[in-house]
Amino acid sequence: MNYLEFEKPLAEIEGKAEELRAMARGNSGMDVTKEAEALDRKAEVLLKDLYKDLTPWRKCQVARHPDRPHCKDYIDALFTEYTALAGDRNFADDHAVMGGIARFNDQPVVVIGHEKGNDTKSRIERNFGMARPEGYRKAIRLMDMADRFRLPVVTLVDTPGAYPGKGAEERGQAEAIARSTEKCLQIGVPLISVVIGEGGSGGAVAFATANRVAMLEHSVYSVISPEGCASILWKDAEKMREAAEALRLTAQDLQKLGVVDRIIKEPLGGAQRGRKETIEAVGKGIEVMLKELSGKKPEALIKDRRTKFIEMGSKGLAA
Amino acid sequence: MNWISNYVRPKINSLFSRREVPENLWTKCPECGTMLFHRELAANLNVCTSCDHHMAISPRDRFSALFDGGIFTEVKVPEPVTDPLHFRDQKKYPERLKAAQKATGEKEAMLVAEGEIAKTAIVAVAQDFSFMAGSMGMYVGNAILAAAERAVKMKRPLVLFSAAGGARMQEGILSLMQMPRTTVAVQMLKEANLPYIVVLTHPTTGGVTASYAMLGDVQIAEPNALICFAGPRVIEQTIREKLPEGFQRAEYLLDHGMLDRVTHRKALREELVTILRMLTNQPPAIKGELTAQPAEA
Repeated sequence: MNYLEFEKPLAEIEGKAEELRAMARGNSGMDVTKEAEALDRKAEVLLKDLYKDLTPWRKCQVARHPDRPHCKDYIDALFTEYTALAGDRNFADDHAVMGGIARFNDQPVVVIGHEKGNDTKSRIERNFGMARPEGYRKAIRLMDMADRFRLPVVTLVDTPGAYPGKGAEERGQAEAIARSTEKCLQIGVPLISVVIGEGGSGGAVAFATANRVAMLEHSVYSVISPEGCASILWKDAEKMREAAEALRLTAQDLQKLGVVDRIIKEPLGGAQRGRKETIEAVGKGIEVMLKELSGKKPEALIKDRRTKFIEMGSKGLAA
Repeated sequence: MNWISNYVRPKINSLFSRREVPENLWTKCPECGTMLFHRELAANLNVCTSCDHHMAISPRDRFSALFDGGIFTEVKVPEPVTDPLHFRDQKKYPERLKAAQKATGEKEAMLVAEGEIAKTAIVAVAQDFSFMAGSMGMYVGNAILAAAERAVKMKRPLVLFSAAGGARMQEGILSLMQMPRTTVAVQMLKEANLPYIVVLTHPTTGGVTASYAMLGDVQIAEPNALICFAGPRVIEQTIREKLPEGFQRAEYLLDHGMLDRVTHRKALREELVTILRMLTNQPPAIKGELTAQPAEA
């Protein structure tokens, strides 16, 4: 278990319980069950307490937790016959973006998502989930295909943002994102999106301009990272707590703003402490959202998406 | 020290010296350092007469020089909710807005107008970099939607001048949502088969570049304009190497196939007319109609 900074007290208690049990294993005459259980209970109370009211900055940390299920985990568990389709037919295949055709509850769909990787090797291969223009162009190609063959599109968003690199800029990062957003708005099939971790700026919008957008309970979605915002507006990257607060990037605030349609609950202690339940809950969410949109005509789906974004933000947060 | 040097001299100085050298009469070109007289600079559309460096120009001045006789009508932009997130950094967002309004004399970072250039009816939008770095929030989104709706209603092409540091952070996720919102506006134009010309001016970055500013039928940039998604500083910090000379500048983007043309501000009006009249299947403009009255005349 990787503990987050604010979970340190919890790490101590759980560590102690573990130590006790290890001692008992090495010493058959010792019975530590009672003490260890008392510590377990203490840990649970503390965990509940820590997660009861996560601050926006803590949510950012949970959303970035390396043990959270990533795109690949969801695809493996929720989809069958996943057939990856690679490349943008222009330059390269971007490994930060997974995509292909698959079945969801037997229904063929197109699934696209950012993949961050889960160890050093795969993280480097996936470029930490930061897509280059090729990733967005691959997504555009797949969305076009979905539109032609009338397959719903499911996108899973989990990216710190588009990759700020030299080649990415030379090959038109901005244009690729703009076209991907444009494509999202054009397709006559249901498009649903789930923010499973980090919804980082333009790189997220390019996939999440959807008929329905859901967010995991502790995921975040923002125009800029709290660190980036702090260094610009506070001139001090260490003010990320204040920036996270001000940006209203939590699923709960975004639902109030009408940007997000649905919040998918995470198990106690975050998705990293209950990967299986989290993946199941996301599956349920996708199922419900697809059902809501099934049978709608292409024109109606396009109109629904447009109207939603045109009207978005007209009210702001209630005072 | 006596009272003459302490009191009389400062008083005399304040009476005379200030009046003798009013501010804003001379502008130093940030590129070549030449001191430029304000009248001369304005007549040259804020382009340095010595080195051709393109300085910022306000939307109003741009429109005065663009439209026939400097005459244009403003298109009303629906007011969004002010400060939708109740955002506060070191200052409250409404205070920053007020300061920007006071400094620029404008309501927000975008101006929408309609009129004629060389008798070619158009709708035009210009972004104001001096207003909170031209940043894109709800108002800018509303302005682009209003411009597109007006263009569709009047069956006129839309010309957009971009200039922005990116999204307006103080509007958080709602600024990000202007990317899809403005893309809807562009789609309205495309569906109505109306030309949408983007003129990218220095600087155009971030979410602005990654939405309406990159979706034009024709993409023109002013010389040496910085056009990018991630800014050069961010990239240098990420890849830890120096970027080549001219990276992300208009000419560099032209070389990399991201733009149609790089055009000097003084040649822009004529070029827009030529392109727009061809795309809308109108006869060529008659020579002599091409000059707009300078703003002061």
